[in-house]
Amino acid sequence: MNFGLPAEPELGTTVLGPDDIQRALTRIAHEIVERAKGAADVVLLGVPTRGVPLAQRLAQRLAAIDAGFDPAAALGELDVTMYRDDLHRNPTRTIGVTRLPASGIDGRVVVLVDDVLFSGRTIRAALDAISDLGRPRAVRLACLVDRGHRELPIRPDFVGKNLPTSAAEHVQVRLAEIDGEDAVVISGRGGVDAGEER
Amino acid sequence: MRHLLSAADLSREDAIRLLDTAAQMAATQSREIKKLPTLRGRTVVNLFFEDSTRTRISFETAAKRLSADVINFSAKGSSVSKGESLKDTALTLHSMGADAVVVRHWASGAPYQLAHSGWLGTVDSPVAVLNAGDGTHQHPTQALLDAFTIRRHLVGRAGGAGRDGVGKDLTGLKVAIVGDVLHSRVARSNVNLLHTLGAEVTLVAPPTLLPVGVESWTCATSYDLDATLTGWCPDAVMMLRVQRERMSGGSGAFLPSPQEYSRRYGLDKRRLGALPDHAIVMHPGPMNRGLEISAQAADSDRSVIVEQVANGVAVRMAALYLLLAGGSSAEGTSL
Amino acid sequence: MTDNVTTYLLRGVRPLGGDAVDVLLSDGVIAAIEAPGTARADGGVVVIDATDQVLLPGLVDLHTHLREPGREDAETVESGTRAAAAGGFTAVHAMANTTPVADTAGVVEQVWRLGQDAGWVDVHPVGAVTVGLGGEHLAELGAMAESKARVRVFSDDGKCVHDPVLMRRALEYVKAFDGVVAQHAQEPRLTQGSQMHEGVVSAEIGLAGWPAVAEEAIIARDVLLAEHVGSRLHVCHLSTRGSVEIVRWAKSRGIDVTAEVTPHHLALTDELARGYDPTFKVNPPLRTADDVEAVREGLADGTIDIVATDHAPHPVEDKDCEWAAAAFGMTGLETALSVVQQAMVDTGRMTWADVARVLSANPARIGRIDAEHGRPIAVGEPATLALVDPAAIRVVDGGAQQTASVNTPFRGRTLPGRVTATFLRGRATVLDGSPVEPAGTRGGR
Repeated sequence: MNFGLPAEPELGTTVLGPDDIQRALTRIAHEIVERAKGAADVVLLGVPTRGVPLAQRLAQRLAAIDAGFDPAAALGELDVTMYRDDLHRNPTRTIGVTRLPASGIDGRVVVLVDDVLFSGRTIRAALDAISDLGRPRAVRLACLVDRGHRELPIRPDFVGKNLPTSAAEHVQVRLAEIDGEDAVVISGRGGVDAGEER
Repeated sequence: MRHLLSAADLSREDAIRLLDTAAQMAATQSREIKKLPTLRGRTVVNLFFEDSTRTRISFETAAKRLSADVINFSAKGSSVSKGESLKDTALTLHSMGADAVVVRHWASGAPYQLAHSGWLGTVDSPVAVLNAGDGTHQHPTQALLDAFTIRRHLVGRAGGAGRDGVGKDLTGLKVAIVGDVLHSRVARSNVNLLHTLGAEVTLVAPPTLLPVGVESWTCATSYDLDATLTGWCPDAVMMLRVQRERMSGGSGAFLPSPQEYSRRYGLDKRRLGALPDHAIVMHPGPMNRGLEISAQAADSDRSVIVEQVANGVAVRMAALYLLLAGGSSAEGTSL
Repeated sequence: MTDNVTTYLLRGVRPLGGDAVDVLLSDGVIAAIEAPGTARADGGVVVIDATDQVLLPGLVDLHTHLREPGREDAETVESGTRAAAAGGFTAVHAMANTTPVADTAGVVEQVWRLGQDAGWVDVHPVGAVTVGLGGEHLAELGAMAESKARVRVFSDDGKCVHDPVLMRRALEYVKAFDGVVAQHAQEPRLTQGSQMHEGVVSAEIGLAGWPAVAEEAIIARDVLLAEHVGSRLHVCHLSTRGSVEIVRWAKSRGIDVTAEVTPHHLALTDELARGYDPTFKVNPPLRTADDVEAVREGLADGTIDIVATDHAPHPVEDKDCEWAAAAFGMTGLETALSVVQQAMVDTGRMTWADVARVLSANPARIGRIDAEHGRPIAVGEPATLALVDPAAIRVVDGGAQQTASVNTPFRGRTLPGRVTATFLRGRATVLDGSPVEPAGTRGGR
C-alpha cells in the first residue's frame, strides 16, 4: 500500500531515541580511544550511506576526548559496492565515493563504522576493500546496532546496542543528517526495508 | 538498457550516471592495487572484426581490472571476404557462455544486429553487447571518454562543481570537432552525446567530408577552421584522424592533397595560439602528426590526448559495471 | 498445349471492378459474359462463386529474377513461376543476370523451355544488352530476338549500361526487331560501395549513400539519347521524385519512353534501414516518403506506365548477415497486387481498370506480348485472367509463400486483397488461392 507518503514504515517500534543514540556514540568514542590507547593512530572509515555521518559524529567526539585528534586527517568513507558478493542478485547499484585521509591507512588503526550489523557480508566486502587500499595495523568494527543473524565469522568491536531480532523483522537507523531525525526503528514482517543491507 | 550500442540511445541521466561511475572507477586506478573483484566469474568477449589494438587493449584492461575473464576473439575479414559469418560467430560465443560481447566491426549496424538478432542469448538470459566501433556509425565509449575528459577539465576544475564534475553535465560548453566527419563514428557519437549533455558542437570539415544529411544533426557546421577558432572560441577542439587514402585515388579523392588539408584544417602552432586560454585539445588517436595535428599542438600543455587514453579505461569499466554487475532479471538494471 | 481444359463459370464477378456479371471460360477463351445469375451451368462446368471479386486480365511482370540457371538455391524457374501464378501473374519476363548470363540464344531458349515445362505462366526471357553484363560489348541481340524465346526486352539489370556510346548503339540496334532496352539507371561511379539512399538516415546510421542523382542523371541522359536516335526506352524501377519529373518531361516532349516502379518503392521508405535488417536492402534503395509520394503521383497520372516486381529472391545466408555484406533485393511476386491495392486503390488514387493497365496491359505492350496478355475482358479474348478478392485481409508470412526464398520486406505486415484464382488460356493455375499443379507437364515437384 502506498498512500503517497514517503515509503517509510511508521508502524515500527522505536527502540532508540535521539538521546540514546548520542549516548551510545559517546560511549563508543571512549571505547575506541581506550582500546587504541589514544586517538592518534585512529582512522575512521564510514560505510555509506549511514556509516558516513556516524563516523563524522564519532570523529567529533574523538577530537573532544583527545585534542590531538584531527578529524580532517583521520576521517574517510569506504564504498564497498564493488566488493559485494550480491551484486548479481540485485539491480545495479550506484557506486559511491571512497575517500581516504591524505596520509592513507598504512600502519593506522582503521575503525569501520556502519549503522546496522546483520549478516556481516557488507563488512566482509569492506575488509576486502581495505586490503586493496593499504595495510592498516589493525581493523576494528563499530556499529550502532548489532541485530544478530551473522552469516560470516565477523564480530563487532564496538556496539551501540545489541538488538535481538527475528530474521523477518527490519531494523532501520534514521539519522538527522539524512533522514531528518535520529531513531532506530524495528518493524515487523511485510514492510519494505530501507536502511539495512544484508 | 541492456546494451551500449549508440550514444544516441543515452538519456542525459544515463550519460551522467556513466560518467559519474567512471569517475569512481578512475579513482580506483590511481591506487597501487588497481584490480577490483566486481565482475569475478563474468566472461567478457572482445570480438574484433577489424584491427584496433588500442581499443581492444582498453576494453581488455577495463574488464580485467574488474576481474572479469576476457576472451579475445579476432574474426578479421572484409566486406569482400566475409570470413566466418556474424551469425555463426555469435552462436559460438553464446555457447561459450559469454556474459558480454564487446564488438568492433567494419560494418555499420553489426553490433545492433548482434543485440537484436536473437543469435546471442535469449530474452531470459541476454548477452550484453557493447559497441566498440561499427563502420562509420557509432563508437559510444569513445564519446563517453571524450565527455568525461571534457567534464573533468572544464567543469570539474572550473570550481563550483565537485571533483571531476561529478553529477554535472556539459551545459554551456562549446566543442569543435574537426576533420573527416563523413567517415567518422567518433564524430557521430560525440554529436549525439555532447548534445545530450548540453554542450554545443560545431563540426568543421571540408564540404567533401561532411555527409549529405548532416543538416539534420544537432550541431552546427563550418568549412572554416580559423573562423570557428577565433569567432566561436570553442572550449575544446577535437581533431579527427584523416586517412591519407582519402586524399589519393584520383577523381574519387575527397581532397586535393595532404598539404592542402593540413593548411586549411590542421591544428598547428598558430591555430593553437588562437584558442582561448582554458581550451583543451583532444584527439581520439592514432594521430597523424603533421597532418591533422602538429607536434606542437599534440604535445602542448593544452593537449589532453594521453589522458583520454587513461579515461578510456575508466569509462569502459563503468560501462561494463553498469551492464554486467546487476542482476539480469532485475528490471532496474538500467544504464 | 492440349490440356484437358475445364470449363469455368465465374458467378457474380466484377470485371475491372465494374458491375457484376457471370463470365464463362471455355476452350481457353472467354466464351460468354452474361447478366449475373443468368448464365447456365451445364454438367461438367465448374462454378466459382466470385461475388464481390474483381476480375483482371492476367498480370504481366516485366521484371522478375527467376535465378535459374545458376542460383537454384534462391529460386528456380519452377518455384518462381509458381509464385508468380499465386500472385495473379500469367506472364513474367525473366531477367538476364543468371549464371551463365542470358546473353546468347542458347541461354534464353533454355530459360524459355524451363518456363514451358513448368507451365505456371508464360516465361519471356530478357536478353542481356552486353556480353556477360560486362558493359563493354553488345551481346548478340538479334540472335536472341530470333530464337524460340523471341526476346524483345533487353536489359543488363543489376548493372547499368553506363557507357553512353554503347547505350546509344543498343537503343538503335534493337529497332530492327522492335525491341526495347530496359535500363537499370545507376551511375556506377556515384554509387561505389553504396548501401542505401543517401540522405538524413544514411548520414545518421553510417551507411554509404546511393544518391538520387545517380539514378536521375542516367535517366536524363537516356531519354535524350532515345530522342536523338528515335528509339524506345524503358526505365526500370525508378524510385525518386526527380526521376518521375524527368520522365514526365520526356513524355511531354514526345520521347518514346516508358517507366516502371516497384511495389516496394510505392510503399516503403529508407527509415526501415534504421534496424539494419538487410531484408530492406534493395537496389535502387528505398527512398524518402516524399519520393514515395512522387512515384504514387506518377503512377496515377500515367507518367509511370507499369508496376513491375523486381522480384529478387535470395537464400537466407545472403540476408542473415551484416547489412553491408548482404545481397540487394526483395521478393515481390506474391505481394505486388496487394501492395498496389493498398497504396493506390484503397487510397482512391486508381481504379481496378487502372490496375489492369499498369500490371497487365502496359507491360504486355512494352514486352510485345500483347497478342496473348493484357487483353480486354471481352467475349472471344483469351481466358488469361486473375481473380481477386479485394476484401480479404492477410498477414504476410515469407515462409508460407510459393517462392523458394523468404526475403519479403512485407513480412508481418497486414495487406489487403488475395488472388483466389489465376487462369492461363482457360487452365486454372490457381484455385481457391492455392496453386494447381499443371497436368500433363513435367509433373510433380
